Amino acid sequence: MKISKLILISLLLNAFAFGDWLGFRGNNGNGFVDGQLPADLNLISSNSWKVSLPGRGLSSPIIVNNLVLLTASSGPQQKNLHILAFDIENGVIEWERVFKATGRTICHEKTCVASSTMVSNGNVVVAQFSSNDIFCLDLKGNLVWLRGLTFDYPNIANGLGMSSSPVISNGVLIAQVENDADSYTFGLNLQNGTTNWKKLRPKGANWTSPIILKDNSTEWVGLQSKTGLSFVLPSNGDEFWSYNDGASTIPSSAIAPNRSVLIPSNGITAIKKANNGAPFSQIWSNNKLSPGTGSPTVSGNQVFVVNRANVLTSASVENGEINWRLRIKGPVSASPITTDKNLILFSEEGICQIIDISNIIEAKVLNEMDFQDTILCTPAANNKSLFVRSDKSLWRVSPKSKN
Amino acid sequence: MVNFLIILLLAMLTSSLWSSEDLLNAIKRIGPKGEGNTKVVREWSSVKQMSSSNIPKLLLGMNQANDLGDNWIRAAIFEILDTSGKNTLPENDIIKIIKNLQNHGNTRITAFDFLNSSAPQVAQSLIPTFIDDPEPGLRRKGVQLLLDQASTLEKKEQSIDAFEYALGKARDVDQIENACKSLTELGKSINLLKVMGFITNWKVIGPFDNTARNGFVKIYSPEVELDSHNQDHKGKSGMIKWQDFSTSDRLGLLDLNQPFGHIKEVLCYAYTEFNASKESIVQFRIGSKNAWKLWVNNELIFARDEYHRGSTRVDQFILDGRLKAGKNQILIKVCQNEQTESWTKQWEFCFRITDTSGTPLLFTR
Repeated sequence: MKISKLILISLLLNAFAFGDWLGFRGNNGNGFVDGQLPADLNLISSNSWKVSLPGRGLSSPIIVNNLVLLTASSGPQQKNLHILAFDIENGVIEWERVFKATGRTICHEKTCVASSTMVSNGNVVVAQFSSNDIFCLDLKGNLVWLRGLTFDYPNIANGLGMSSSPVISNGVLIAQVENDADSYTFGLNLQNGTTNWKKLRPKGANWTSPIILKDNSTEWVGLQSKTGLSFVLPSNGDEFWSYNDGASTIPSSAIAPNRSVLIPSNGITAIKKANNGAPFSQIWSNNKLSPGTGSPTVSGNQVFVVNRANVLTSASVENGEINWRLRIKGPVSASPITTDKNLILFSEEGICQIIDISNIIEAKVLNEMDFQDTILCTPAANNKSLFVRSDKSLWRVSPKSKN
Repeated sequence: MVNFLIILLLAMLTSSLWSSEDLLNAIKRIGPKGEGNTKVVREWSSVKQMSSSNIPKLLLGMNQANDLGDNWIRAAIFEILDTSGKNTLPENDIIKIIKNLQNHGNTRITAFDFLNSSAPQVAQSLIPTFIDDPEPGLRRKGVQLLLDQASTLEKKEQSIDAFEYALGKARDVDQIENACKSLTELGKSINLLKVMGFITNWKVIGPFDNTARNGFVKIYSPEVELDSHNQDHKGKSGMIKWQDFSTSDRLGLLDLNQPFGHIKEVLCYAYTEFNASKESIVQFRIGSKNAWKLWVNNELIFARDEYHRGSTRVDQFILDGRLKAGKNQILIKVCQNEQTESWTKQWEFCFRITDTSGTPLLFTR
């Protein structure tokens, strides 16, 4: 093996420290936690902590190399854009950067400028805001590059606010900044922020986030919009295949096992990529699986959706047949996250519900915690702990005792 | 040996100055669409050689940089302070930068923010001097202090005087509204239309066709015949005339359903003239939840093709522009789409002109 290959492998191993949570809905594009998350999480356990935040936000925390990172927005018209890094062990702030928005910051009062979740490749972190300002920093908080996409194209904006969370694929940052006017997705060079490609996208407000489908060493990026889901090559944005039967503009698609993708379209529609180089084919569709605001979540052969009536439904990833339904405490804006045994869900009122999903016949609520604050963000998980934020606070919640 | 050390020290100092110069030059050349990004990324390593003594020069670099460049400079200062410590911020130089009104507003408010972070007491002591500041962000801090002080006064007459004084200094919508609310509660009525300088008298013409939202890009005759506000034009259903239209809404909202009725897939034009005593750089401040275009003296200032994403807000769009001395022609195209939900009925806009600090320019026809 060549030395350069060894160095590359070593860098990749370093880049993905065990248990990192690198973007919106984790590392798998579907909310599944690579590890355990015990049901006996407790707000006052010895490893739990809570810290104050300097501004609003509904972006999720991400976890990289023992740092909990997240964004916040503050000040008049929320023009102060904060990027914060906390020590995962004790919640002590490691560094903070404050920038000024160069794009529009007007939002619906329920959302805010810090709505998009950061993303990382393990070496750098990228923060995108509703103003379409994008900052790439190293893990010490040093700026690598920045862009202002609304500064560049003043009609990239949404009067209700933007919230798509970017992804990183093959060294390209994919930022969906789609809206009623100048509607684009950008592929930015992760090294210096320059535009590798810019793709004209369907006009219309769109709050969904891209997904990455991996097949051996190949990656495709799924871009969802009201027209459906389009898979593009991260290198140049060229379309590989598209599903054109419409899709939601709020909940995002989820990656499922065996090169399948679950699209919030006509309820949920499942498509699958053939393994012979051929494109996708539709495998099922179930109109009784319409998600509300949160995105579908996957664990093993189960897909979970929470509808607008606060009913959590489990269905088979293989055929879409419903396993069980459970009324939960809502309303819910956040996407659930899952382990192989449990599903964790937050209501907007701040009730965390931990639900046993190990039995595909019936679900059972195992634990509830009242955070006594509005929680709109999707939680993150790492090493048996849960991380979640409100407009005011960031929590780490750990099990009662060390497991 | 001593000579060698002095030479080494001078070399290090000179290298730091050169490197900050190169970096600042690169930052000042940052343009839209990623222009100049790679050059700054290349020069960025020089930040590691800088110390707190470079911070004033970096801040002054904001005077020539754009908003993106300003964020690069903020990042450089954060990085320097991370290494050398917050308490190394050269306070006296920073205060001089804040106090010098020749510096750009972004320069001064960024200097204030860093001072507030490292020496909050010193920074807070400057706030009372900001009540007439041309930088809206600093002025806001001064006005907030006035509002807070006014709300603590017990005697009614003193409160009224204090809130009226604060209102006279306030430029941000929320602070103006807060002062007005307090004054109303104290029994004083305030004419917000006048305080905020809304333009309330217009000539309007419509409806023109906006089926399938295509009218937004379609050029109808009022766009090309600007001096035609006394002529008839061909509208959606025959010839139509300009008509006078005004509003007494407290926030200057012009409800276009009033002159034209509750109709859909249509658009109209609103025209007015604004007399300016001298040529000046101004801000055109428009609010509308409908798609719109704004021309001033035949120049397209901005266009926004978006419908009903949130409500109409005062100062929703703040657009830099210029007025010439004498008569200025202002034309606004306001479009209504096909949606039928109850929250899509509104067909409206509000408009005012201010200077760059937010002080309204008074309307004279």
